[in-house]
Amino acid sequence: MEPTLTKNSLLADATASISLKNTPMIKLTDIEKVYQTDTIETVALNRVNLTINKGEFVSVMGPSGCGKSTLLSLMGLLDEPTGGTIEIDGRPVTSYSDKELARLRNHKIGFIFQSFHLINDLSVLDNVELPLLYRAGLSGKERRQRAHAALDKVGLSARTRHFPSQLSGGQRQRVAIARALAGAPEIILADEPTGNLDSVMGDEIMDLLLGLNRHEGTTIVMVTHDENMAHKTERLIRFFDGSQVS
Amino acid sequence: MLLSYLKLAWKVLLRRKFFTFISLFGISFTLMVLLVVVAMFDHTFGAHAPETNLDRMLFAQFLHVKFKDGGNMNTPPSYHVLNKYVRTLRTPESVAIASNFHATPSYVGNRKLDLDLRYTDAMFWKALDFKFLQGKAFGEPEVKGAARVAVINQSTARQYFGTDQGVLGRTIEINQIGYRVQGVVEDVPAMRFISYADVWVPITTSPDDLQRIGLNGDYLAIITAKSAADLPNVQAEFQRAVRAIPLPDPKNMKRLNFYADPLLAAIFSRQAFRQFTDDPENDGLAIMYSILGSVALLFMLLPALNLVNINVSRIMERSSEIGVRKAFGATGGTLVGQFLVENIFLTTLGGLAGLGLAYVALQLISGSDLLAYAHFELNWRIFGWALFVTLIFGVVSGVYPAFKMSRLQPARAAANNIERLGGFALSG
Repeated sequence: MEPTLTKNSLLADATASISLKNTPMIKLTDIEKVYQTDTIETVALNRVNLTINKGEFVSVMGPSGCGKSTLLSLMGLLDEPTGGTIEIDGRPVTSYSDKELARLRNHKIGFIFQSFHLINDLSVLDNVELPLLYRAGLSGKERRQRAHAALDKVGLSARTRHFPSQLSGGQRQRVAIARALAGAPEIILADEPTGNLDSVMGDEIMDLLLGLNRHEGTTIVMVTHDENMAHKTERLIRFFDGSQVS
Repeated sequence: MLLSYLKLAWKVLLRRKFFTFISLFGISFTLMVLLVVVAMFDHTFGAHAPETNLDRMLFAQFLHVKFKDGGNMNTPPSYHVLNKYVRTLRTPESVAIASNFHATPSYVGNRKLDLDLRYTDAMFWKALDFKFLQGKAFGEPEVKGAARVAVINQSTARQYFGTDQGVLGRTIEINQIGYRVQGVVEDVPAMRFISYADVWVPITTSPDDLQRIGLNGDYLAIITAKSAADLPNVQAEFQRAVRAIPLPDPKNMKRLNFYADPLLAAIFSRQAFRQFTDDPENDGLAIMYSILGSVALLFMLLPALNLVNINVSRIMERSSEIGVRKAFGATGGTLVGQFLVENIFLTTLGGLAGLGLAYVALQLISGSDLLAYAHFELNWRIFGWALFVTLIFGVVSGVYPAFKMSRLQPARAAANNIERLGGFALSG
């Protein structure tokens, strides 16, 4: 009986995974973003319709200025679209207040930046703890425990007391990933996470992201200029002049 | 979270030592000056011995006559006016009369001592809280009998007799008149204008004709009410009494104004703002406090603006951090809070340094003998003032930069290109 049960539960897991994969995590509908100055109007995104499903690992490619950055900013709720709607986990967020958006970012989204953007005056542990500072109801002890756990995941638990300036580029990016993971977000938005790293370190970081996606089901959207890295993800989206071309 | 903010604030301060020094110097120097002024003010007008009951005391020190030709006369009142019209008030607990003090020559061998001499009645010693080191005050019998007795301060005892021990019963000669020392009191600072003297003797030994009828003289009245709440009643009765004082020259004199005021108004504000204070209700204190407050505010404005400027540039330097914090869930309000905490931390450091500097400055002034028997010190009241002013600094200089910080967009774009704001914006 036992092997049959195992077989059944595996089947159930697979079915659940497939059904999860078909649930939209980020849904952009008719998104437009226009930057307006006194004299110039720049269309950064032109009627973009895009759905990222739960548990997907999507890479976004395109030349500089094509709108990748704007796309990631909008997905991360760091900027507002000029037109269209954004849904995160089935909820339209266009009318959310600053406070509600901040709460959503804190709970659902983790960011990884090309230049790491660690706070140099804070230790590794304090940097990783940062998202948890803005989460109500967590004690200092809990925050520390979660930060330690996140650092453990990226293999940096021995460096908690170090400062960013004392780490290599790869280690800094791993700290940045730990920071993104500390709040257990369902979405990770990565902005050229391997852009400032050599190929060996780049591969390490990529493996880490792939592991997160496969083992923890984290939805990842990664902007990259590296074709090799992009081909390791499930889906590749190309942008050109503010529009999705493939 | 607070600890994290403070740790970060400390690191930011250490990162730019020169600017930190400039900020702290501006704050601490300004605070030092303010605290020294407040300490001197407190020393002069605060409720300190012997004027401990200031909250229920009034002083009648100057009377003001307006003449029909537009002239004015401002003078201390005569003993006659105080004795006849003020001492007889019914509402106060007590009325004491004393002269103003005057430097009077005294000789120890060939050495001349200029001793400040004040003539007082017996009630003076009951109204005020002198600390007697030896002996006691003179009472009603000595005053009535014009006894040649004196209370002297400790420094006079030392200067005149060479010691402050065993001087009771000895004779001190002032202006060639001998007085038997009946008590020795602790020195009273010269800035306590109402109570200060080197030597106090019965008012009846004054060479003045105390019976002389007239308005002008050289005396003051210390009126103690039964309670602070009773002060308006005392003042009202005082005004009724003043209306009964006849003008000695009604042909030329138009009006007599004479008020019983709290210490600061009696000594300063009623005289300084006389054009506004010909009214029992307006003793000029409100005007004086408004002016002092405005001056203090202006004085604080310069270092505050300097701090605002430094803060704004610090914020621009930290735009990447602000972007990261926003990205990870900080609201505008949280960032304002963080920056205000950091700024209050900085200004508190400046405040503590200012307190230290003020302490040193006050010690130097006290030790310099510029003001007789002055002993300026930083008490809890002044410490409270320092904290209050520091807080004002922290909030005033932090609010605008904090607001600017909270409005900073983590991702911003312009023209054709995605602009990197402080290196933060996501790539394009």
